[in-house]
Amino acid sequence: MISAHLPVLQVILPLLSAPLCLLFRRTYPSWLVALIMSWASFAIAAILLGQVLTGEPISYLLGDWAAPWGIEYKVDVLAAFVLLLVSGIGAIIMLFAPGSIAAEIPEDRVYLFYTMYLLTFSGLLGMVITGDVFNLFVFLEISSLSTYVMISLGKSRRAMTAAFRYLVLGTVGATFYVIGVGFLYQMTGTLNMADVADKLPAVTETRTILVALGFLTVGIGLKLGLFPVHLWLPNAYTYAPSVVTAFLAATATKVAVYALLRIYFTVFDVEAIEAYPLDEALLLLGLAAIVSMSAVAIFQTDVKRLLAYSSVAQLGYMIIGISFLTITGLAAGVLHVFNHGLMKAALFMVIACVFLRIKSVKIEDMAGLGKSMPLTMAAFVLAGFSLIGIPLTVGFVSKWYLITASIEQSNWIVAALILFSSLLAVVYFWKVVEIAYFRPRNDGAAPISEAPALMLVPLWILVGANIFFGIHTDLTITSAMAAAQSLMEVGP
Amino acid sequence: MELFGLLNYWLVIVLMMIGFYIVIAQGNLVKKMVGLSIFQVSVFVFYISVGRVAGGTAPILADGIEVFSNPLPHVLILTAIVVGVATTALGLAMIVRIRDSFGTIEDDEILAIEKGEDDK
Repeated sequence: MISAHLPVLQVILPLLSAPLCLLFRRTYPSWLVALIMSWASFAIAAILLGQVLTGEPISYLLGDWAAPWGIEYKVDVLAAFVLLLVSGIGAIIMLFAPGSIAAEIPEDRVYLFYTMYLLTFSGLLGMVITGDVFNLFVFLEISSLSTYVMISLGKSRRAMTAAFRYLVLGTVGATFYVIGVGFLYQMTGTLNMADVADKLPAVTETRTILVALGFLTVGIGLKLGLFPVHLWLPNAYTYAPSVVTAFLAATATKVAVYALLRIYFTVFDVEAIEAYPLDEALLLLGLAAIVSMSAVAIFQTDVKRLLAYSSVAQLGYMIIGISFLTITGLAAGVLHVFNHGLMKAALFMVIACVFLRIKSVKIEDMAGLGKSMPLTMAAFVLAGFSLIGIPLTVGFVSKWYLITASIEQSNWIVAALILFSSLLAVVYFWKVVEIAYFRPRNDGAAPISEAPALMLVPLWILVGANIFFGIHTDLTITSAMAAAQSLMEVGP
Repeated sequence: MELFGLLNYWLVIVLMMIGFYIVIAQGNLVKKMVGLSIFQVSVFVFYISVGRVAGGTAPILADGIEVFSNPLPHVLILTAIVVGVATTALGLAMIVRIRDSFGTIEDDEILAIEKGEDDK
């Protein structure tokens, strides 16, 4: 009985429990609510993925209103896979959060953090699960508005300006998305994704639809941190509280990539994207992102900002995978969405541990940490290996598929640039490792100890996942392949 | 007259460009929020215009009403208005906090202060 309602519970549980945190007003009970809700969502996502991997996609009618008129929640393999990533990261981050949050957010505001976290969490899950283009906008705004608040909770006063600039750009992006949806509605008279897809081929040649696709791409691109419109991202990631950065870096941009996939392949189809040469444009932007942003990351002195630029570069890999418009390419993109979520969450969690102990995220202040925080820095090294793409880590698996996809198309230049960008990743990653391991701590600096066990355990669970899914690739590759196949088959 | 028949859409474009220009060109954060609101409102007008059916009345269930406007875009815009109000409120609240900690709401002065912090 209850299992039939899992798709709606996935979104509604965190959404309804957010006000609970606000009522409790105390740190511990609101943390407990957030923790329980995150793990419940994770369990639901795991059940849903199990159901769709073995059976048909699930369609859930909200309030039992029939599909094109009412809002439909649609869980296919791709949606369930991204739901698993978002809720899994949320569950781990909530185990990790209390220690780090206590050091970075004043005690009387911590319950607000948990409230905002739950709203962002349900907004992101809703964006993934919905089958309605306007409903996606509503969830996008729920997650965005609460994200701005979470970023502004950062200690530095610059968190406030970073959040404000993100608010302006994010609102412009969301409004662009609404304009695109308006044009789609004008031409098709429906908002249900599958229904729009049915009616689009008749009008796909018109300029209105071309303009709609342009607005949708730019709007989602702003949210996604697509290369030339990523300007909000470095500051937002740098000045937000460390836990917030870890959560956002692993989920928010990934869900935007998912929204792009939905619009491109479920609402539109491969022929339309090819006809408007969007694939070539995306390929160029992706290549520009992986080379230029990796190069910019090398020159950063702040490790959080370094990882933020690296995130923009890694998003480039996903965009390149999508731009191939082949099954292998899409599977590589989807795999990297999942894998990059795992590695970036782990890396930013390391930074949260480091900040807890040395109260700084400057690379030069990390000297000698290899000795005084061995477990934390070992996690950094392993997650960094994954970022570079060293075999036996998840980063290797997705890069392998990405390079296979480019070689399939005999696109040697792209394959070479991907390898070159990985070399740049070695450079910026090694810069941090060298200082942490091979430079002794300044004389007279206060001795520091290892991060508390409550933070190390969730961190190492994620690092373990980085290696586990690098060796046992069954679940991730089966899901990514199935998702890519279903995306390519939709449409005539 | 084609021009007057599409007057709504021309106004939408004019409003949209005015709003977008203010967001980009104005250094004052409050003015930026005003621009952002105008930009959003232009989209609301666009949706409401899309819902109009020529010669239609209000969508009321009654005898003699055959042609009526499409209510769905109007309902969508109710949601979008709520989102817009929330965004404006949050943005203005942030501006208050920015003024508290920086002592100014001019973008270039804030950037200068931030650059000074970086150089230290």
